[in-house]
Amino acid sequence: MSTGDHERTHESNRERERERERERNADATFGDDYGGQYVPEALMPALQELEDAYERYVLENEDGFMDEFHERMRDFGGRPTPLQRADRLSERYDREIYLKREDLLHGGAHKLNNALGQVLLAKYMGKERIIAETGAGQHGTATAMAAAHLDMPCEIYMGRTDINRQRPNVYRMRMNGAEVNPVTAGSGTLKEAINETMRDWATTVEHTHYVIGSIVGPHPFPKLVRDFQSVIGDEIREQIREEAGRLPDSVVACAGGGSNTMGTFHAFVRDDDVDLYAVEAGGSSLEIDAEEGLAPNSATLSTGTDGVLHGAMTKLLQSEEGQIVESHSVSAGLDYAGVGPELAHLVETGRVTPVNVDDDAALNGFHRLSNLEGIIPALESSHALGYLERAAGTAADTSSGQRPRDEHTDELGDLVVVNVSGRGDKDLETVLEETEKRDLEAAPDVEVFDA
Amino acid sequence: MSDAVTENEYDSDVEAAIRENHPALITYITAGDPSLEDTKEYVEALDRGGSDLIELGLPFSEPIAEGPTIQAAINRALAAGTTPEGFFELVDDLETEAPLLVMTYYNMILQYGGSEAPRASDGRAAKPRDKPEVRPFVERAAGAGLSGIIVPDLPAEEAGPLRAACDDHGLDLVFIIAPTTEGQRLDDIMSQVSGFAYVQARLGTTGARANVSSATHESLARLEEYDVPKAVGFGVSEGDHAAEIVEAGADGVIVGSALVDIIAEHGSDTGAAAERLEAKAAELKRGARRGADSLTVDGEDAPEPEQP
Ligand SMILES: Cc1ncc(COP(=O)(O)O)c(C=O)c1O
Repeated sequence: MSTGDHERTHESNRERERERERERNADATFGDDYGGQYVPEALMPALQELEDAYERYVLENEDGFMDEFHERMRDFGGRPTPLQRADRLSERYDREIYLKREDLLHGGAHKLNNALGQVLLAKYMGKERIIAETGAGQHGTATAMAAAHLDMPCEIYMGRTDINRQRPNVYRMRMNGAEVNPVTAGSGTLKEAINETMRDWATTVEHTHYVIGSIVGPHPFPKLVRDFQSVIGDEIREQIREEAGRLPDSVVACAGGGSNTMGTFHAFVRDDDVDLYAVEAGGSSLEIDAEEGLAPNSATLSTGTDGVLHGAMTKLLQSEEGQIVESHSVSAGLDYAGVGPELAHLVETGRVTPVNVDDDAALNGFHRLSNLEGIIPALESSHALGYLERAAGTAADTSSGQRPRDEHTDELGDLVVVNVSGRGDKDLETVLEETEKRDLEAAPDVEVFDA
Repeated sequence: MSDAVTENEYDSDVEAAIRENHPALITYITAGDPSLEDTKEYVEALDRGGSDLIELGLPFSEPIAEGPTIQAAINRALAAGTTPEGFFELVDDLETEAPLLVMTYYNMILQYGGSEAPRASDGRAAKPRDKPEVRPFVERAAGAGLSGIIVPDLPAEEAGPLRAACDDHGLDLVFIIAPTTEGQRLDDIMSQVSGFAYVQARLGTTGARANVSSATHESLARLEEYDVPKAVGFGVSEGDHAAEIVEAGADGVIVGSALVDIIAEHGSDTGAAAERLEAKAAELKRGARRGADSLTVDGEDAPEPEQP
């Protein structure tokens, strides 16, 4: 072979290599930067195995995987969930308001869509053990249910603080046969639980699958979780066409990690006329206390900066130096310093509008839906309802300490869908406690509860 | 630190430190545990004790590759207010014979030297700052005299930008080889080894262990065909481990948690901790030598250790 030939082969090898890399990157990221696989080397082969399984079973329905998933979501999960016209809210806001009732899914939240999908996938992959992190306990509960349903051993990592404030969910997990491992590191909440689950996975990766609980983590998790959750938006699309004869003007969902959010939005991303609002937890304030390493909110999309956490490049609540700060929200399920990389990307491109409401507005949203519609929503979902009030409410009442009407008021349009991602039974203790401390306009008299 | 010998036949100070001091001892402690002043004394003690390379951990709040020992050290360092700038100032001051490496998580590298993080004080969405960049960190690291970087949450696939910056500044970017690294990925990573291959002795997180894992022997056998310096870490805590690992074909051993344990035990008694660190390093180095000697004495078909 002449030198020229040799060089040409070398060149074309390099070209092919670059091409492969481009393809891989195109897959692993949203846009140029968000996403990726920032994990310890030991986990890379497992991620590649998962990518392969994702492609074959989820994207290509190999062995009828997705058929089995949908069938089990119907029989075990109770899908499809209704899209219900909210009569009182429609009247109050002078437009058509529809609620997607994920609170009616088995387990009481959208979390089962993902948990069942991933446990089933683990089974198809021949894995023998399931681990998961949980914050509020909703994902842990859903995973424990799915694991029992599919006969897989299951261990859940949960922060000590969260265990103390979400006892009923701990009991539910134990009832379904899962081990619950308390995590005492740091503030003992979701972030620490994810750290510890990743450490377990780095040890047991050869036979264990990590069922991550939101659209976060390294590729392919954000896409995998989104695809299992996107059943929400797919159903909404069909249901709203049937009910209203057209697509909605806007769709509103709360966002912690963002799995109910992307699950609701995914089917509408291509419809430029449908506005998408991701409602984050404004907590008690949007300021970061750098000294204490604390953000009294979890409004990552609105106030975060780019960085790498838990395997992905995304928006984060962090100090200037790159330390992750402790987030806070009255709702444990939104209490996280990161957010899914796909949402970070869609916010950057302007397709998704990030907004946030504070603890008070969320609590009012909780009471209003309970009171007016007979539906007790999860505190997470209550943020979406709190936003609805701010954007569409009669709220000339800036006097009552309410924020003024939102700039998006007229943009919400005449036909609005709100995702009620879960039911609020788990939150009653918190709501009573927090309501007693405040003067909330929408709250009933809670004094009767005092013994 | 003083400039290490650069006129040698090797690609870098790091590789030279391992080849020329074969079998090499690589030691790790967390910077700022319990304070940066103490760290200075501890590094000097490890240097005196016979470390051939020293890794300094720059603490990050979410150390997912770390076991309880180093997690606790990182918490102590963060509680003591350790910052990247403080870390670099420490390194500016250090004069060691052993080249120094920084071990930290990717986000710390990305955020260094960034403009001030925006604050959403008026409740509106903050203006996002420019995309984070790895170069300011690498420039500062090179300026401080560091010889290399190890990033436990940065696999080769994501390392392009950092690798390029390190190349430009003459720093090594050390990759980790896990027990699960095999096939094409193993080939790819071994073909771009920089400094040395960090061979992870077992699955899981860092932490001192009572024995040498079977995975260590399997990994070293699997890596035998690659002619690059290999150092084994994760769980090594005693001279006898060092001997066994070197005997199994490693060019060096990496010890962290066992040293961090010593620091934790002594609390504020810096002098006593420094003494024990020096002694521990010497024990580990002796162990490594023992392993190498047993190879040259009775190892018929064992590979000759590289001697300068
Ligand atoms: C009912 C409900 N909604 C929303 C969330 C937030 O998660 P995500 O943002 O991934 O939908 C949770 C998390 O626990 C939840 O339980």
